[in-house]
Amino acid sequence: MAAILVAEPQASGFSFENCRRNIFLEKQGFIAPTAYKTGTTIAGIIYKDGVILGADTRATEDTVVADKNCSKIHYIAGNIYCCGAGTAADTEMTTQMISSQIELHRLNTGRTPRVGTANRLLKQMLFRYQGYISAALVLGGVDITGPCLYSIHPHGSTDKLPYVTMGSGSLAAMAVFEDRWKPNMERDDAMLLVRDAIAAGIFNDLGSGSNVDLCIITKDKVDYLRPYDEANIKGQRQGKYRYKRGTTAVLKSEVKKLEYEVVSSTVVAEPMET
Amino acid sequence: MDILQINQTSDYKKAGPLQAHFNPYSYNGGTVLAIAGENFSVIASDTRLSEGFSIHTRENPKTYKLTDTTVLGACGFHGDVLTLTKVLDARLKIYEQDHHKQMTTGAVAAMLSTMLYHRRFFPYYVYNIVAGLDDEGKGCVYSFDPVGSYEREAYRAGGSASAMLQPLLDNQIGFKNQQGVTRIPLSREKAVNLVKDVFISAAERDIYTGDSILINVITKDGVTDERFPLRRD
Repeated sequence: MAAILVAEPQASGFSFENCRRNIFLEKQGFIAPTAYKTGTTIAGIIYKDGVILGADTRATEDTVVADKNCSKIHYIAGNIYCCGAGTAADTEMTTQMISSQIELHRLNTGRTPRVGTANRLLKQMLFRYQGYISAALVLGGVDITGPCLYSIHPHGSTDKLPYVTMGSGSLAAMAVFEDRWKPNMERDDAMLLVRDAIAAGIFNDLGSGSNVDLCIITKDKVDYLRPYDEANIKGQRQGKYRYKRGTTAVLKSEVKKLEYEVVSSTVVAEPMET
Repeated sequence: MDILQINQTSDYKKAGPLQAHFNPYSYNGGTVLAIAGENFSVIASDTRLSEGFSIHTRENPKTYKLTDTTVLGACGFHGDVLTLTKVLDARLKIYEQDHHKQMTTGAVAAMLSTMLYHRRFFPYYVYNIVAGLDDEGKGCVYSFDPVGSYEREAYRAGGSASAMLQPLLDNQIGFKNQQGVTRIPLSREKAVNLVKDVFISAAERDIYTGDSILINVITKDGVTDERFPLRRD
């Protein structure tokens, strides 16, 4: 057995090494660390010229906001993006892996990847792991067949629909879509609709918050707007909280000569003194 | 295959009595905060009432005026808060009829403690903070745990963001971890501003704190109300 410090190439795929040990420890009362869950509002619609994806920017760890401005719209390909809800690490790594597979596929075929391809890769991966990869995704893009939008559930089921929402704020966002979505909307109206859907999640779902990000994908252009809208303005503090110099106690002080080696030196030309 | 089935039956079909579970509590979040000054005390709470990932209402202050010089801040399970404040009000009314005077803040605190401990083995799931004026007219704050342990303090935060607020109060009012500072007594304006600022910070990070705060200032002339908006996400 090689020493622990020796870097060995890791076997591909997940490591299940400590599963039995962890189950045993949990039975003894050990509490395993929890992953960041992005209690989230994500949504997407198809409009006249393409697809608009939207997301909030709050990441939570139980009841505490872990990240006030995290990015939930992930890159899959130049013409395909994917919003993620669920465990932050799962959404991030899953989209990265599928992005890389799509890029290899593009290089092999020499064609612009299709959204349906990304959808199938994602659902097959998620189904293989039987829901243990907790990623709920909204996948959208424009390909040879036109604008496409999918929602993908953690167990691997997918829907192909003109407007979808996911995450803990999905009901709030879907309420807005059901009220106002129409086929062939204009760009500005569609952007406002997605903004309002995400804002509905931000204000009415405690797992969602902070800003609205948008990603507008059309046949020949992608506009990634981050942030598109600051739904909440931070409160203005009344007082000043600067400490006077010397407020922090100095417990010990010591002066040491720093031994250093000259790693490199440069000669700089100076103008001659005249 | 046989082994598998045996395992399954032993895992899932255990012989013996079944216990039906009933969970009488829920948690509705919210934060309260009280500061005792020289001749006043400040007590504030946010106005969000929530459960799980939903907001029930944005307009539910968690401070309750008990007497002319006593205000209670209570959060946790809202159902218990309602019952507790109802019983408290009744007890205070009876006291007033019996003694022809209002209960002092210290007496209210002592009575609340016995009421909470009475329910030692089926507690009110409520975090209480009582603010008011003592017999000499000085500001006083009493903090409680759900089963009646209580003590008088200079400042205290309770509820969902208490762990975020308390260290700030320790530093700013208690001058903890500060060296060579002049300990000037807290003015009413500074106390109210500090309350607003710490709630702004709590609303940034605690999902159960937000919407707005209600600040009550208690002086010998009575109790004043002030509302201050917070972020609503």
